Amino acid sequence: MAKVLVFIDNPGDALKKSSLELLTLGRSLGETAVALNGKLHDDVAAAFAEYGVGTVLLPSAEDLDDFLVAPKAAYVAAAAEQVGAGILLLDNSPEGKEIAARVGIRLSAGVITDVVAVDADGTAHKSVLAGSYNTSCKATTPVSVLTLKANNVTPEPAAAPTSPETVTVEVPAGSTVAAARITAREQKVASGRPDLTDARIVVAGGRGLDGDFTPVEELADALGAAVGASRAATDAGWISHDAQVGQTGKTVSPQLYISAGISGAIQQKAGMQTAKVIVAVNKDAESPVFEIADFGIVGDLFDVLPQATAEIKKRKG
Amino acid sequence: MEDTLNIVVLVKHVPDAQFDRHLNGEGYTTDRDESILSELDEYALEAALQLAEARGGAKAGNQVIALSMGPSGAVNAIKKALQIGATEGVHLTDDALAGSDAAATSLALAAAIRHLGSDAPVDLVITGMASTDGETSLVPAQLAERLGLPQVTFASSLQVEGGLLTARRDADLSSETVEAPLPAVVSVTDQINEPRYPNFKGIIAAKRKSITTLSLADIGVQPAQVGFPGSWTSILAAEERPPRTAGTIITDEGDAGIKLVDFLAAQKLL
Ligand SMILES: Cc1cc2nc3c(=O)[nH]c(=O)nc-3n(C[C@H](O)[C@H](O)[C@H](O)COP(=O)(O)OP(=O)(O)OC[C@H]3O[C@@H](n4cnc5c(N)ncnc54)[C@H](O)[C@@H]3O)c2cc1C
Ligand SMILES: Nc1ncnc2c1ncn2[C@@H]1O[C@H](COP(=O)(O)O)[C@@H](O)[C@H]1O
Repeated sequence: MAKVLVFIDNPGDALKKSSLELLTLGRSLGETAVALNGKLHDDVAAAFAEYGVGTVLLPSAEDLDDFLVAPKAAYVAAAAEQVGAGILLLDNSPEGKEIAARVGIRLSAGVITDVVAVDADGTAHKSVLAGSYNTSCKATTPVSVLTLKANNVTPEPAAAPTSPETVTVEVPAGSTVAAARITAREQKVASGRPDLTDARIVVAGGRGLDGDFTPVEELADALGAAVGASRAATDAGWISHDAQVGQTGKTVSPQLYISAGISGAIQQKAGMQTAKVIVAVNKDAESPVFEIADFGIVGDLFDVLPQATAEIKKRKG
Repeated sequence: MEDTLNIVVLVKHVPDAQFDRHLNGEGYTTDRDESILSELDEYALEAALQLAEARGGAKAGNQVIALSMGPSGAVNAIKKALQIGATEGVHLTDDALAGSDAAATSLALAAAIRHLGSDAPVDLVITGMASTDGETSLVPAQLAERLGLPQVTFASSLQVEGGLLTARRDADLSSETVEAPLPAVVSVTDQINEPRYPNFKGIIAAKRKSITTLSLADIGVQPAQVGFPGSWTSILAAEERPPRTAGTIITDEGDAGIKLVDFLAAQKLL
């Protein structure tokens, strides 16, 4: 059976849903080991057992977080060699992809990003060219490194829990020499709304909001949705850059994407056209967003959104 | 006065996303008609030009070399970069490069950068945040690993002083300030600057700038190390997704908000 190594970075006191997805996928492909960075909290250790992890590896060095990527990649590559992993799984965050990139060079292993599913033989599925093609691809090397997009696997504990053993991996000497050092870290305040990339519903606003995101935020809250935005809106500073959806922002595939005051430029579509249902509100009937909308309203968002918000509140009681 | 900088900017010639893009042939490579200098690499070029200009520009001996790997048409991306302000162009081209994945691309680009470095040491390699066709963002990190250099990716600001670079990176939960000694590989986001357009003077000046063509033999790379044979991943199948089609479009007659909620209820999305 294939050996699978899952990398999990600083889980804190609970595993994120995306980590549980990696463990579930890993188990379907072979025997899983976890390369952890950061403290192994008791609850996290319990989750590893519940998810059938055989071995938990920890780095010999504690300063990996002080550097950008390179030493973490050196650690993950060493961990993979230690357990003889044939498949490595990482999350699809920018940092996850970069670690994967460097691990790939260290292990002479093919790297596939943005993976949504993996077959038993290691064939990975992903979409390319802004969601216009579905492809299947495979590493041609003995080891493959895959980064998994969130929300494509349903987390499922193992049929029988394990009692994972914990082992230390020697982080290769010198891996911090040619690494960028993180000299300051500023935490951002959480919005309290669902995470944009995970959300079941996204309500997004663009230049049509004209500086005031209230109608979008109120509709989002009535629906329990995350708030997204076009680049025009984030560039104008009406909302944080983290909310940007599109080619250079986030890619989202929610059940429902409500687009308000957004024209639907190709770079915006790149981030949202795989949504299950798209609703567009725009006062210009010629806007390209209507070409991809399942339900389009030609109208003023300052009328339509508040009316919809009030109606939802009324129906929900 | 600061030390001068010798900067290599990586520019890719990519299919224009304004047109339909297609995957073709046995290796499912992209069609390259209607191609342009990747928009995201314009930010890298602008970042390089600003660093060079702050040190007195080309007159003071600062170099901004635009390097592109790709078939013959890729020279157009280099020409555009020269018009915008790069001081010289380098075109790495060889039939054997066709079909290279990120691993093979980074191998070839690393060899080309080492080759350029034998003339004058390269201080900084600046790239875009992602190619608009490959969209993997793998190349900058793989290049850094191959060259054994520090990597600073997704920089939203960049300063260089006394052989040390400082950059800012914005993640969802935090922003980081990072520091690395030169030489280094940096990828920049579209938040870092506002790229300039080529002006008339730039277009005229570009005609006198040199473009060097390099083959694999020039940079000491064997054909088997790149292209389809040298790639570590292969595409087995590609299927075009049916394009989305427009659904119901209504015009607001005072009750569109209610109709919107009716639609959501019918779709069981409430
Ligand atoms: C390299 C690059 C990367 C990019 N990356 C992204 C990206 O990741 N994401 C992204 O979104 N864009 C991106 N863009 C920008 C993209 O090309 C568009 O410029 C941007 O998406 C436009 O935003 P918008 O639709 O909000 O603004 P506009 O195009 O100005 O559209 C505003 C819309 O609002 C409508 N409107 C105005 N008032 C009202 C009202 N009261 N009620 C209803 N409708 C109203 C108008 O009819 C119009 O359709 C990128 C561009 C480049 C060059
Ligand atoms: N063939 C190429 N020629 C020049 N630069 C490239 C090439 N491929 C990738 N790059 C650079 O690497 C960056 C990231 O590309 P990618 O890893 O393909 O998403 C791009 O923005 C370019 O700066």
